[in-house]
Amino acid sequence: MKIELIVNGEQCEADVWEGESLLYALRERLGLYGSKNACEQGECGSCSVLLDGSLVCACLVLAAQAEGHEVVTVEGLADANGLHPVQEAFVETGAVQCGFCTPGLVVATTELLRQNPDPSDDEIREALSGNLCRCTGYTKIFDAVRLAAQRA
Amino acid sequence: MDVLTPRSLDEALRLRAAHPDALPIQGGTDLMVDLNFDRRRPEALLNLNEVAELKGWSRENGVVRLGAGLTYTDAMSAKLAALLPAFSEASRTVGSPQIRNRGTIGGNLGTASPAGDALPPLLISECEVELQSVRGERRLALESFLIGPKRNALAPDELILAVRVRGGLGTQTFMKVGPRNAMVIAVVSLALGVDRERGVLSAAFGSAAPVATLVTAALDDVDSFPEQVAAAASPIDDVRGTGAYRRHALRVLVARALERCLTR
Ligand SMILES: Cc1cc2nc3c(=O)[nH]c(=O)nc-3n(C[C@H](O)[C@H](O)[C@H](O)COP(=O)(O)OP(=O)(O)OC[C@H]3O[C@@H](n4cnc5c(N)ncnc54)[C@H](O)[C@@H]3O)c2cc1C
Ligand code: FES
Ligand code: FES
Repeated sequence: MKIELIVNGEQCEADVWEGESLLYALRERLGLYGSKNACEQGECGSCSVLLDGSLVCACLVLAAQAEGHEVVTVEGLADANGLHPVQEAFVETGAVQCGFCTPGLVVATTELLRQNPDPSDDEIREALSGNLCRCTGYTKIFDAVRLAAQRA
Repeated sequence: MDVLTPRSLDEALRLRAAHPDALPIQGGTDLMVDLNFDRRRPEALLNLNEVAELKGWSRENGVVRLGAGLTYTDAMSAKLAALLPAFSEASRTVGSPQIRNRGTIGGNLGTASPAGDALPPLLISECEVELQSVRGERRLALESFLIGPKRNALAPDELILAVRVRGGLGTQTFMKVGPRNAMVIAVVSLALGVDRERGVLSAAFGSAAPVATLVTAALDDVDSFPEQVAAAASPIDDVRGTGAYRRHALRVLVARALERCLTR
């Protein structure tokens, strides 16, 4: 089936299988490999995207449910001036090791700071509880979130 | 496979009657896992996301009507937290922000897991489930809707429309035991309410019987209530915990929850 949706501000059309996830459609039909596929069961958050401005796991949204809706992926955060401040903060603090979790964490952090520009450590912990990182031990990720919040 | 996307409740009910093999999908947080892992391959899916009638909540007299499409994030709003404290607290323990933004109470009732976190808090608030089909509407007490582990009383042509609960029923709280504060399926969960006006204690637990279960007692029975609730459980041993641990934890949770509610 064909679906139409807006991805990162652009009107797109994708030819999808009825039972596939939005994550599969983004990666395999639209060539947007930023959102990662690790667990396909909502546990790891590496596929986090914004659907109509709300943070969701793209692996748990049926692609057909995104028809007529707006999706922002990690690729949509940087602009002509360069990286998004959250991306810059992740690079500067060394919050990226293998990088597999990074796109999801960057999208989740962007959404956290939009809702709460000055989060406490507990608020950061709760907001990022759906994003797993196997490498960093989270300390540097917290540093990145605090740095991005300071600069915003 | 086919995806049917109705734009109104009327259309949804007509499609449901015409395609009884089309599985409703709302937030997809239960169903998509099964689809992704090829555990289920339904003939068709009935996408309820565009049915505005299922969204949001309203209040009339003492009754709060929660649309089946209400998400856990919606349930955490300050207004609903004031009316249905245990339900709102339970919603905050569900999964992660990503899961709470998509997961709905309609889906929790649809799945009818013994561990469903929306169920205990709804049970202590005198919950009725509104079911509708092209044949008409019926209402069932939540206790009668839940008929077994992952089994409910939904007919093949029906949709869950909403649940009705009584708001402002005294003091309430919710507690959940698990290895982490986020992203856990409850080892055991408890919603507890103290209604001083009517002199009633109510407790409902999850993950400690084939279905979420309600126990009520008179306010005077405070001292024996933890034992009463634990005795009503029939927990099993599984990967998350033993039956004996669950029964013990339930007793402890009831005592703690009573203390919390009685000193508030
Ligand atoms: C990572 C993760 C963590 C989770 N954590 C928790 C947790 O902490 N606590 C918890 O309780 N659950 C948890 N869940 C399970 C799930 O999020 C909840 O059960 C949620 O309420 C399901 O809602 P949904 O809208 O996503 O359901 P869907 O997946 O869309 O549907 C679930 C079932 O309900 C049926 N259904 C949905 N809406 C209707 C309707 N209106 N009428 C008739 N049938 C309907 C569907 O056909 C399907 O059988 C978790 C899931 C994941 C993936
Ligand atoms: S791939 Fe979606 S949450 Fe892990
Ligand atoms: S940097 Fe490797 S998983 Fe997070």
